[in-house]
Amino acid sequence: MTTRIDRRMAKLKTEGRPALVTYFMGGDPDYDTSLSIMKALPGAGADIIELGMPFSDPMADGPAIQAAGLRALKGGQTLVKTLKMALEFRTGDNETPIVLMGYYNPIYIYGVDRFLKDAIASGIDGLIVVDLPPEMDEELCIPALKAGINFIRLATPTTDDKRLPKVLQNTSGFVYYVSMTGITGSALADTGKVAAAVKRIKGHTDLPVCVGFGVKTAEQARVIGANADGVVVGTAIVNAVANVLGPKGEKTADPAEAVATLVSGLAQGVRSARLAAAE
Amino acid sequence: MDKPATPNSFRTGPDEQGMFGIFGGRFVAETLMPLILDLERHWNEVKDDPDFKAELTDLSTHYAGRPSKLYFAEGLTKHLREVSAAKGLGGGAKVYFKREDLNHTGSHKINNCLGQILLAKRMGKKRIIAETGAGQHGVASATVAARFGFPCVVYMGATDVARQSPNVFRMKLLGAEVRPVTAGHGTLKDAMNEALRDWVTNVEDTYYLIGTAAGPHPYPELVRDFQSVIGTEARAQILEQEGRLPDTIIACVGGGSNAIGLFHPFLDDKDVRIIGIEAGGRGLDGIEHCASMSAGAPGVLHGNRTYLLQNSDGQIMDGHSISAGLDYPGVGPEHSWLRDSGRVEYVPILDDEALEAFKLTTRVEGIIPALESAHAIAHAVKIVPAMDKDQIVIVNLSGRGDKDVHTVASMLGMEI
Repeated sequence: MTTRIDRRMAKLKTEGRPALVTYFMGGDPDYDTSLSIMKALPGAGADIIELGMPFSDPMADGPAIQAAGLRALKGGQTLVKTLKMALEFRTGDNETPIVLMGYYNPIYIYGVDRFLKDAIASGIDGLIVVDLPPEMDEELCIPALKAGINFIRLATPTTDDKRLPKVLQNTSGFVYYVSMTGITGSALADTGKVAAAVKRIKGHTDLPVCVGFGVKTAEQARVIGANADGVVVGTAIVNAVANVLGPKGEKTADPAEAVATLVSGLAQGVRSARLAAAE
Repeated sequence: MDKPATPNSFRTGPDEQGMFGIFGGRFVAETLMPLILDLERHWNEVKDDPDFKAELTDLSTHYAGRPSKLYFAEGLTKHLREVSAAKGLGGGAKVYFKREDLNHTGSHKINNCLGQILLAKRMGKKRIIAETGAGQHGVASATVAARFGFPCVVYMGATDVARQSPNVFRMKLLGAEVRPVTAGHGTLKDAMNEALRDWVTNVEDTYYLIGTAAGPHPYPELVRDFQSVIGTEARAQILEQEGRLPDTIIACVGGGSNAIGLFHPFLDDKDVRIIGIEAGGRGLDGIEHCASMSAGAPGVLHGNRTYLLQNSDGQIMDGHSISAGLDYPGVGPEHSWLRDSGRVEYVPILDDEALEAFKLTTRVEGIIPALESAHAIAHAVKIVPAMDKDQIVIVNLSGRGDKDVHTVASMLGMEI
C-alpha cells in the first residue's frame, strides 16, 4: 500500500531534489488564521506538511514552539479541531501529504482507535509522536501501521548503529533525522556531521531520510538538502507567525503571507540543493 | 475500570518494560532512550552489588544520620485521645512518627540523592541536573553534588522560587545554580519539563537526578528502592518497640517518593492498612488541588503513564497546593497501580486541614513538620480518635517545616 508520502517522495526523486517539509502549529494563533497558513503552504513550495498538535507540556521543544502551542491552546485548539483543520484543507488539496506531529497524551485521551479512524477520515498520512520510542510500539505505532498510516520515527545523534535497526523496524514514510541532541529551534549542527549521519542511516534503510532541528534559512536548507531526501523547517515558520503578532496577540500583518514568503525562499533553497551537491 | 486480579505479591513490579500494570513505561524522546537504557544497565549492575550497598550504607549512617528514629508521638496521641473521649468514643490509637525530618538536609530526599549520586559517579557523569518543587530535593541534590564535587543545576518554578526562598539560598550556598522556570504556573511540572530539555541537550555528560518515584523507567524503581530504607527501618523498629506490625501507615503523596519508601516494605503485610494522602488544596470540586488519583485520569507525561490532572483534550492542568512539594499534577506510576489494585487507599487533605495539623504538631509535639508531612498528620488526626487504644498508626514525618514558616505566616496573616 502506498501513501501520499510514498508517492510524493517518489515524485521528488524523479525530479532529483529533496523535499521541503514544513512544520506549523495547528491553531496558532487561532483556527482560521492557522487554516489559512496551511492552505498557503503548498503554493509557496512546501512538499510535505507537518501539522503540529499543541500540547501543554512539550518536553522536546524550545521556547518558540512552546509559545506557539500555548497560543494555540489559548485560542481554543483541541485535537478535534486539528483533525477538522486537516479535513478542511483536504477539500482543496488531495495530494500534499499531511503528517501530524506532537505528543502522545492528547491522542491517548482521545482514544487510539477512534483517533486513527478520524485521522484517516481527515486525510492524515503520517504521525510523528515525540514521546513514543520503539519500546512503546504497541501503543500507537503498530495500530497506525495496521490502519495504513505511516509512523515516522525520529533518529538522533544518540541512536547508534546498534540501536538503529530497532528504531527503523516499524518506521515508514520517511525517517526524520534530528540533527543534534537538544530541543527544537537550537543552532544548526555541523553540516558535515549531519551528512555523515544521513549516510549512516541510509546504510540501514531504503526509506527517505529528512533532516530537521535547526534549519532556518534558504542557505541552510540548500546545504542540508544536498545530502538528504528532505529538509524539515519548523521553528523558523513558527517564528514567522510570532513576528506578525503584537504584544496582545493581535495581528500586525497577515501570518499566512509571512509564512508563504519564508517558505518560498526555503523552497528555492531545496531546489538548488543538488546543484550544491554537484559543486 | 475493572480491578486487576489481586497478585500474590505487591512487591514484584515493575516488569522488564518498566510497567506496573498499565502504568509506568518509557515515554521519552528517542534522544533520551539510549541514556535511559544505559542508566538501567548500570542500575541493574549496582542494585545487588555489595560494594555499592556498603558505600551507600556508610554514607547513610555517617553523613545522613540513618537510621532515622521511630518516635512515639505521645503528645499528639494524648491530644487525640482527649478528642476521642470528648466524642464519647474512648479510643485513640498510638501515633508514631517516622522521623525523616531528622535526616541531614531535613527530609527524606537525601536517601535518594545519596543513592543516585553514587550511581552518577559509577557512570562517569560530570554534571548533575535536578528539578525541585519545595526545594527539599534541590537542597539534597546540591548537597550531594557539593559532597562529591559535581557542578549542579537545579530547575525550580519561578512561583516556588518566590515561596521557598530559604531553600533557594541554601542551594546557592551549596554551590548549585538555581534556574527559575517561568513557563506554565512556574511550579514543579514546569521545572521537570525544563530539566528534561536540559538533559536532551546535554546527553554526553549529564546525570538527571530525578527527585521522586516518577519519570521513565528505571527511575520509579530505583528511587523507590533508595527510599525503601524508610519502610524497612520502620517495620523493624515497630516490631522491636511494640512487638507487632502497625494497623495503619500514612504518608503524603506528591510524586510519592516518601510514601512509596514507607509503603513498599509493608505491601505484603495484608493486615496493615496503607493510606496515601494527596493534596486536596482548596477542594476537589474546582481545579485548585493536586489530587491526581482522587480526581484525575490515566495519561502520559514526563516519561510515564500515570494518573494525571488533565482536561478532556489531554492537556495537563496546573494544580494547586499550599505545599510546594505536593504541587504536581501527576504521581509516581507505582502509586497509580497500587490505587487501581486496591492495595493502597488514596485520600485528599485540604490546605486548611494541613495547616491545622501543622499548628497542632508544633504545639503538642514541639516538632515543626513540613507542610507536605502535615497533610499525612492531618489524616491521622481525622482517623485516630475513632480507632482503639491498642491500635498503632505510623505517620511518615517526611521533612521538617522550617522552610515553610514564611508560607504559614502569610496564611495566618502575620509578617515575619
